[in-house]
Amino acid sequence: MTYFHSVTLDKDRCRGCTNCIKRCPTEAIRVREGKARIINERCIDCGECIRVCPYHAKLAVTDSLEIMKNFRYKIALPAPSLYGQFKDLSINQILSALLDIGFDEVFEVAYAAEIVSKFTREALQKGNLKRPVISSACPAVVRLIQIRFPSLIDHLLNICSPMDTAAIIAKKQAVKKTGLKEEEIGVFFISPCAAKVTSIRNPVGLEKSKIDGAFSMKEIYGKILEKAKTTVVRDLRKATMIGVGWANSGGEAFGTFTENSIYVDGIHNVIDVLEEIELGKLSDLDFFEGLACIGGCIGGPLTVENPFVAKNRIRKLAESLPKREQPPVDEDLVSFEEVKWIKKIEKSEVMKLDKDISKALEMMKEIDRTHKTLPGLDCGSCGSPSCRALAEDIVKGCATENDCIFILKDKIKALAEELNDLAGKKPPVIK
Amino acid sequence: MALYSKEFEVKARDFDSAGEVSSNLRAILKQLSLAPDIVRRSCIVCYEAEMNIIIHSYGGTIKIEIFEDRIRIIAEDTGPGIEDIELAMKEGYSTAPEEIREMGFGAGMGLPNIKANSDFMDIKSSKDGTVVVAEILF
Ligand SMILES: Nc1ncnc2c1ncn2[C@@H]1O[C@H](COP(=O)(O)OP(=O)(O)OP(=O)(O)O)[C@@H](O)[C@H]1O
Ligand code: SF4
Ligand code: SF4
Ligand SMILES: [Mg+2]
Repeated sequence: MTYFHSVTLDKDRCRGCTNCIKRCPTEAIRVREGKARIINERCIDCGECIRVCPYHAKLAVTDSLEIMKNFRYKIALPAPSLYGQFKDLSINQILSALLDIGFDEVFEVAYAAEIVSKFTREALQKGNLKRPVISSACPAVVRLIQIRFPSLIDHLLNICSPMDTAAIIAKKQAVKKTGLKEEEIGVFFISPCAAKVTSIRNPVGLEKSKIDGAFSMKEIYGKILEKAKTTVVRDLRKATMIGVGWANSGGEAFGTFTENSIYVDGIHNVIDVLEEIELGKLSDLDFFEGLACIGGCIGGPLTVENPFVAKNRIRKLAESLPKREQPPVDEDLVSFEEVKWIKKIEKSEVMKLDKDISKALEMMKEIDRTHKTLPGLDCGSCGSPSCRALAEDIVKGCATENDCIFILKDKIKALAEELNDLAGKKPPVIK
Repeated sequence: MALYSKEFEVKARDFDSAGEVSSNLRAILKQLSLAPDIVRRSCIVCYEAEMNIIIHSYGGTIKIEIFEDRIRIIAEDTGPGIEDIELAMKEGYSTAPEEIREMGFGAGMGLPNIKANSDFMDIKSSKDGTVVVAEILF
């Protein structure tokens, strides 16, 4: 089975400019025959290429609103970052507008985030997780760890993200309330990013996600604006300061109440810190929150508002709400057991050259040799992110030396000189 | 004989490149299917050896050798050498000057860390330089 992921290419829009290949943290993109290609298994859906592409050729695939029709009772799960998107709308206005769009109920992911914060504090207190405990809320970071830092898998916080927790509670409550079967109830996440969409299809720590679809925040945004004008504002908000704060980077770390926690946003910054953690340099740290997007989820590729503006808005919103330290968690709502991961996170070996180590080392030698023959400019004109990556592609048989424009130029020059020489030669019969 | 080897140059006091060799090593090892713990330990050994060359020597090289059953990391430098190896191996012993400590180094944990994360370690040092060899078994 091929690995599903949300980030895809719109071939018609791609001009093969190679802007995206260098930003990719897992070197998952190549330009071949004038078009970008994503190496599926390597993509972690961080969204870097969506942001960097000047021609908007990289897309995050989300579900169509049409799929709501397949369910008798529909619940919207708005990500906390949704609250930061609107200039003049209160949380209750946003939630009420969502109902007017056609949902029967809204369940705030920010509310679930508060519950996750509470469980996190308890897990940290129990102390049986490796320090620093690493947040598992950003699926792009979890996949990055699987691919690049497998020794840190044991550090991952082994409880469901607020999104999955919200879905578990919302479905359970709706079954009780409506008497419908679980399959008749549709739970839809309003997503700021591609990574979350992917993690619904390839769940982290769960066998199967309770979420039935993910809608793009960008798509819902316009609809909310429209409905908000006329909506009857209802008092639907349950989330308080800690939950809403999760929209910004640092929000989750704040909710752990530990002094020794740090948060880092931007996938390349996260990589730097994960390297330090792997080297054991941050072992006195209790909690590490790493988020792929600059600013946190408010910087997600499917958001609308400028992340810095949204960040400030979330901060003000969160501060205006009560700081509830003990969200009402009883067995009826959700228990720790229900949100604990049941599936082991496996390391991913997509960078591996061959499963036989001596064969892999042979290839590596060949890569080193080939690398030395390349100009070392890392210009990307060949369609591979660096000279080293091109050498790798050549050895793997998916590129040739002539893809390097400098080598090609030298060869053409040599050929031209030879032609010139030949043209100057006179056959012996001509005087 | 090693199935694969690669050498990296390490310059004295070049803090801008600190950790580059170990980052490179991580990328190399990721292309083999090794246990995550082997990768982690190898990177720690490499990083500490690299930092010691940067901080305490006049410059040197790190050589990575990969065998069927082990990784060998050889850190060789020219420099003042280690006067008393037994003392240098003690946790907390450091001769790093103040300005280095201010950068967060000089806890005297590097050599003990190499020892703890490798299966074999050897130091040879004279007043002309130092060679640290460490091996991690698969
Ligand atoms: N390559 C070297 N050349 C000369 N002296 C060295 C070398 N490596 C280590 N030493 C000496 O051994 C001491 C202990 O080294 P070690 O790596 O354990 O600690 P450190 O480098 O001082 O601090 P840390 O590694 O915790 O930042 C050093 O302070 C230094 O005096
Ligand atoms: S950035 Fe990538 S996807 Fe966008 S046009 Fe350039 S090569 Fe194509
Ligand atoms: S930081 Fe948030 S928005 Fe960005 S990829 Fe991670 S989960 Fe998605
Ligand atoms: Mg040291």
